[in-house]
Amino acid sequence: MAYVAVKGGEAAIANAHGWMAERRRGDPEVPALSTRQVEEQLGLAVDRVMAEGACHDRGLAALAIKQAQGDLIEAAFLLRAYRTTLPRFGHAAPLDTGAMRVQRRISAVFKDLPGGQLLGPTLDYTHRLLDFALAAEKEAPPEPAAEIPGDAAGRLPRVADFLVREGLMRREADSGQEPPDLTRDPPDFPASRAARLQNLARGDEGFLLSLGYSTQRGYGNNHPFVGEIRQGKVAVRFTPPELGFEIEIGAITVTECEMVNQFQGSKSEPAQFTSGYGLVLGRGERKAMSMALVDRALKAGELGEDRTAPAQDEEFVLMHSDNIEATGFVEHLKLPHYVDFQSELEVIRRMRSTAGTSATGSEA
Amino acid sequence: MSHDPGYNFAYLDEGTKRMIRRTLLKAVAIPGHQVPFGAREMPLPYGWGTGGIQVTASILGRDDTLKVIDQGADDTTNAVSIRRFFARVAGVRTTTRTAEATVIQTRHRIPEAPLREGQVIVYQVPMPEPLFRLEPRLAETRRMHALADYGLMHVKLYEDIARHGHVSTAYNYPVMVGGRYLMSPSPIPAFDNPKMDHMPALQLFGAGREKKIYAVPPYTSVRSLDFEDHPFRPHRADGTCAFCGARDSYLDEVVCDDQGSRMFICSDTDYCESRWEPEQ
Repeated sequence: MAYVAVKGGEAAIANAHGWMAERRRGDPEVPALSTRQVEEQLGLAVDRVMAEGACHDRGLAALAIKQAQGDLIEAAFLLRAYRTTLPRFGHAAPLDTGAMRVQRRISAVFKDLPGGQLLGPTLDYTHRLLDFALAAEKEAPPEPAAEIPGDAAGRLPRVADFLVREGLMRREADSGQEPPDLTRDPPDFPASRAARLQNLARGDEGFLLSLGYSTQRGYGNNHPFVGEIRQGKVAVRFTPPELGFEIEIGAITVTECEMVNQFQGSKSEPAQFTSGYGLVLGRGERKAMSMALVDRALKAGELGEDRTAPAQDEEFVLMHSDNIEATGFVEHLKLPHYVDFQSELEVIRRMRSTAGTSATGSEA
Repeated sequence: MSHDPGYNFAYLDEGTKRMIRRTLLKAVAIPGHQVPFGAREMPLPYGWGTGGIQVTASILGRDDTLKVIDQGADDTTNAVSIRRFFARVAGVRTTTRTAEATVIQTRHRIPEAPLREGQVIVYQVPMPEPLFRLEPRLAETRRMHALADYGLMHVKLYEDIARHGHVSTAYNYPVMVGGRYLMSPSPIPAFDNPKMDHMPALQLFGAGREKKIYAVPPYTSVRSLDFEDHPFRPHRADGTCAFCGARDSYLDEVVCDDQGSRMFICSDTDYCESRWEPEQ
């Protein structure tokens, strides 16, 4: 029967999966990629998958990238689907990024500042010229850096703190409330700032980048300056209920960005600087900056600014930031819809026949 | 049959199942009301039925018999995939027979054979909010539900009638449940809406991406929105099933060649087979 072919079936699914597995492996003459290679040599992809997959595990992220053939959204989905099966013990103490062992720390608002500017590993001043030596696989071992400083240790004061102390910037107050967990609590609007930041931290980099960019082009402009970007390792501290005291359970690499934004003042608030905050797992500088821009834009309501731009619309931003949800719903359109389409066909035909009987002689 | 020992029975951990069952109880207690729940990421993508799968996983027992349909058919790719998922992680018996199933998970259809007491039908729901095309903001629609302020939807239907002479909504046709809550019946064709009214089976609705669950308890009034002078009329293609000759079932239209010839076949494959099997 002709129609059976369009109904799929078990054999077709198995064959499709088999073909995809073959595609994943590529030419068997070429040596297989190891997850260690992915982890070591595609580190920024690993970081992005960890951030959007909301799971800090480099090895698993590398495996996900390999399995997903480098499709990073698919890899993040694999990691999320794994993460959701893990038991939840509780939540860690807030990361103390002031005590970060920084590898990179820059400020765009002060030429020099306590702790100094520390460029760290960055592409910022490279020329984007294809390096054909890499293609020829005649890669020379990288020149040792002139001086490899140990990770800067000790507390590095934050730029935002200087401004707050001078009374020039709004102080961010800790509400003291138990933070929500967006993997457990369904979204509710208006959302708390904690819920908002959780959502942005695992939101799609591209989505946040475009929204952040839109604020710079006048859709909810908030005159941003990079107060500070820092990147490095931070200790994760947790209080197991059976111990009753805090212990360090490990250290993770994060990127933090604080934007300093102009604010004209309103009826209730004097003119001062305000801030937007971004924090991302791994080395995700572009995303941390985008997140900080969007976080600041979303403060429009509480600062009494007009909310006119998409980036200032909390429900719009938070409900559409997750690329796992977005990719699922967009791609589900390829599932069969012929029942609904059939009912639409009937309606259109009925409408056309109604229109055909009332109008005269326009039937083609 | 036994389930995959690497996973808890029916995939979800017991804590998650308990949370979903509590949500289901609340949903049954307030028919048609959308209850938020902490939907989990599932190993199938959003849009493929993650809400329905979570509901099914939470209510399945070892003695259940599961049927999964998509577009009315048991052999569509997604139905096959979800049925295999539960066969693997729950080890439950599966069937394609509507009458044999205790739990039926569906996308886009209600089986033609009437459901009975003791059966549960689980709908996969993409957009649980019936008002979302008219008002996308959840904060706003929540207020409208609280006040039973459904004027917007009535105006939409009225405008359809004024413009086209009849309502232009062909599927996902909004219903009033228990005379109180406006509800999305999920994208089933309007043809199926009357089956929901006073159905002896329990109807559960799961929306994973939107993190909402709602329910219609057995024997609850489910009325498709209409006007006295424009009563609701379910529609189907005016044809006969080429396989079983049914004139009362919902039909899929199959294009047979590039000359525009076509035939109609039952969308509900089990209904169709049950009608021609005895003759073989």
